[in-house]
Amino acid sequence: MDPLLLLEQAFNGLQFGVMLFLIAAGLTLVFGIMDLVNLAHGSLVMIGAYLATTFIGWTDSFILGLLLAIPAMFLVGVVVEVIVLRTLYLRNHLDQVLATFGLILFFNEIIRIIWGPISLYSGLPDYLSGHVEIIPGAPYPVFRLLIIAVGLLVALAIYLIVARTRLGMLIRAGASNNEMVGALGIDIKLLFTLVFALGAVFAGLAGMMLGPLTSVEPGMGEPLLILAFVVIIIGGIGSIRGAFVAAIVVGMVDTVGRVFLPVVLRAFVSDAAADTAGPALASMLIYILMAAILVVRPRGLFPARTG
Amino acid sequence: MDRRQILVAVIGLALFALVPPLAGIFDQPFYVDMFARIMIFAIAAVSLDLILGYGGMVSFGHAAYIGVGAYAVGILSYYGIDNGFVQFPVAIAAAALIALVFGLMSLRTTGVYFIMITLAFAQMLYFLGISLEEFGGDDGMPAYRSEFAGLIDLTDADQFYYLVFAFLVAALVVTHRLIHSRFGAVVRGAKANERRMQAMGFPTYRYKLAAFTIAGTMCGIAGALFANWNEFVSPDAMHWTRSGEIMIMVIMGGMGTLIGPVLGATGLLLLEEYLPEWMEALIAGTGEHWMVVMGPILIAIVLFGRGGIYALFARRGGDDG
Amino acid sequence: MSKRILALAAAVAVAATPVAAETVKVGFITTLSGPAGIIGKPMKNAFELGMEHVGGKLGGMDTEIIYGDDQRKPDVAKQLANKLIKRDRVHFIAGIIWSNLLMAIHAPVTRSNTFLISSNAGPSPIAGKRCSDNFFNVAFQNDMMPEAMGKYLSEKGIKNVYTLSPNYQAGKDMIKGFKRYYKGKMIGEVYTKLGQKDYQAEISALRAAKPEAVFIFLPGGMGINFMKQYAQAGLRGKLPLYTAYSVDAITLPALKDAALGIYGAQHWTPDLGNSVSRRFVAEYQKKYGKTPSFYAAQAYDTVMFLDHAIRQAGGVGDRAKLRTAMRAGDFPTTRGSFKFNTNHFPVQNIYLRQAIKNDKGAYVNQTKGVILSAHGDSYAKDCKMKR
Repeated sequence: MDPLLLLEQAFNGLQFGVMLFLIAAGLTLVFGIMDLVNLAHGSLVMIGAYLATTFIGWTDSFILGLLLAIPAMFLVGVVVEVIVLRTLYLRNHLDQVLATFGLILFFNEIIRIIWGPISLYSGLPDYLSGHVEIIPGAPYPVFRLLIIAVGLLVALAIYLIVARTRLGMLIRAGASNNEMVGALGIDIKLLFTLVFALGAVFAGLAGMMLGPLTSVEPGMGEPLLILAFVVIIIGGIGSIRGAFVAAIVVGMVDTVGRVFLPVVLRAFVSDAAADTAGPALASMLIYILMAAILVVRPRGLFPARTG
Repeated sequence: MDRRQILVAVIGLALFALVPPLAGIFDQPFYVDMFARIMIFAIAAVSLDLILGYGGMVSFGHAAYIGVGAYAVGILSYYGIDNGFVQFPVAIAAAALIALVFGLMSLRTTGVYFIMITLAFAQMLYFLGISLEEFGGDDGMPAYRSEFAGLIDLTDADQFYYLVFAFLVAALVVTHRLIHSRFGAVVRGAKANERRMQAMGFPTYRYKLAAFTIAGTMCGIAGALFANWNEFVSPDAMHWTRSGEIMIMVIMGGMGTLIGPVLGATGLLLLEEYLPEWMEALIAGTGEHWMVVMGPILIAIVLFGRGGIYALFARRGGDDG
Repeated sequence: MSKRILALAAAVAVAATPVAAETVKVGFITTLSGPAGIIGKPMKNAFELGMEHVGGKLGGMDTEIIYGDDQRKPDVAKQLANKLIKRDRVHFIAGIIWSNLLMAIHAPVTRSNTFLISSNAGPSPIAGKRCSDNFFNVAFQNDMMPEAMGKYLSEKGIKNVYTLSPNYQAGKDMIKGFKRYYKGKMIGEVYTKLGQKDYQAEISALRAAKPEAVFIFLPGGMGINFMKQYAQAGLRGKLPLYTAYSVDAITLPALKDAALGIYGAQHWTPDLGNSVSRRFVAEYQKKYGKTPSFYAAQAYDTVMFLDHAIRQAGGVGDRAKLRTAMRAGDFPTTRGSFKFNTNHFPVQNIYLRQAIKNDKGAYVNQTKGVILSAHGDSYAKDCKMKR
């Protein structure tokens, strides 16, 4: 096996991992603090991608488009939280799953009505569409490096917010015991709205980063949503640290698995069987990983809640 | 309380029994097929309600067992075994085994972890189905209608309908007896307060596992019937949105009630069938956007429809309080 | 009360009997909702345009078209087909984009003695062992385009190729078809997850394998994503890319520069010179403001096919006569030359085409020549149908 190729694939895995982290961060916070299962979190990724693509089109500038899309996502987060999700906090998980399932149908269709069924693409400005040869003989797209950088920066920012600020203190307190936060005289409603909107911004950011890479289309959020759930379950609900570790692990396992599994299998079985079983096993790999981890640690790697 | 449940159930089933003769009178045989499909999903919903409504186990991967049952029929049919007396027992055994294995692992977790691990298992089977190239992979494969040694002819729409009907009645009877047995009391007790049941000396894990396996098995039968109805098997039957739909049927009809899931399956599938037509009739060109209305309907059902459709017939929601 | 029901029933029964009115009824099943509506909607548009061109009457007879949205789900398609056969009592069911959906409805529809016409899907089992005299395909058999591409690459002297396709039946069929005609060496044969969107890892691997050329079968959004990322990785123009079903009027507006110069094989391209095609393209553009895709052309051809056959047979009453008329395959088609094989699949030319930017600044496919002429599929020999 070519070690340089392995290194390049590790980069690919890292890039996918930080993308998953952006999505999972908001999901795990909302889950941990408000105890809300939000299936419509994937829709936020989609909305972010659509807004960014549209704003980039309007302003004709990639940076300006993103700068507009970020506050817009915050607004979307606030609106969704206030109108629908707020009423769901006191409901059981089942009700939440169903109501947010309904939201997914609604969002996908409303996007289709507004933007049409045709996939959109936001191109990249010249300064981002090049590639650099960080690994000899394998030029790597600059934009993917940027995604890795943004992802790691956001992770650092979230870490600092959670560990160092008053908001972070409340978040930590809320994740372990939200009655206590209320008892402290904090406007818990406002805190919840803020946390949800922040999560929406991160999810939206993931969508904005995905836009130039893949098609922007109705329903694009759902496959990512399921992966993000796998991430936060493996990481332990409510744990940012867990989400980060799990996101990188899932990103690596998925990327490396799907490329190398067929190659490895070819050493043991016939080529045709390896070609069939390889991709299948690769797509099952992260679910197998998740089930295995849950069997050993039923509350994930870094359980946040105590009690 | 319980008597009212049974009354609603009997009336509901009687109406189902009348579908083929009515369709015959009106010369509209299509409705026989349509209601057969509704009853198949009703069986799946009844089985989910057993663990969801009565046992509090929110399984988000119930479509997996539809897939297992369907593939059991499809694969046997592929190898030329069309005998229903072989196919159905195999489908039942396969679904039971898979449910037992999944249950063994999932029931170690609770709450959201349980929701997600059941989803993960269903996803695994879904991707496994896609990769079964011999059996059509993502394209799926045809399944011919099961043969019952000349006793029943499933290619006859009415006979097929009454076979499904019989299975639905059986599923309801089994569920009714189970929940009113000591076993059912323990499962329901575990939902209300698991620690208390454990303190009373009941090994709740084992009881829940048994309920989980029974539910999966029952749903496997729905899968075997689904393969027959569809004359086709594909991984699509196990898609995660399908699991969501079965859950919606249970909630919509009335969770923790006997006949609720049947009402829910009927309501949801009829809505899916006619909502686009109604919308198209109201404003031309809107029919294809029916999901934009469907979504809010689901949210409204969750927010305001306590007790589901069943509550329209009875004052109280579930019979477990 | 019961008398009224019976009277009503009788009325319904009379109204529902097709022979009495002798109205031609056609059910057109396609995907309208969800992301795949991007393919189904233009097909519906083209079908409607075709109906306009025949004056709303197939074969000069009163015609009722019932459109159905299959949501890309096999069981929904089955339900629709059931409804069309049993409730609406149609004479023909047409449309169907996806192979798996066609597989799901094929047996019940053909068994019910309703004619089934595929306007796109052409899976190998239906072309071979499971062929039926009630089924016609007016589009193509899946393997045709990759076969052409394989032949072209062999002729061009390309010594080794790396292939990429989704891990499902059609994906495997395509590569099988490619290999049937390609004589060089396969140095990589990769199957990806169906619907995959990010191909960076695969692109890294294929670059490391250093092939002379790359052949992909990645239809719709998968192909767009792959080709965009291929360009972003700096491979476009350096490592030649060949496609089947991936660069067309639906994907080109999204691909733009990322597709420029890429070769593909297809049975129809909007610039084909025949008069039917020219009229269809011009009026489609006028009515819908877009360039039609090959999917749309096939839907239009479906109307022409039905119209011609019904006219030749003098109605839909005599099924045997109608079948003979359909088999002739001599309808005016957008493809210029067309006839049916023994398995009711097309025998047609497969063209080489290249994505270019035309003088108006639009991205289009340009026909470069014929790779395979009057090409029939390789499964017809397995079809036991008697003519």
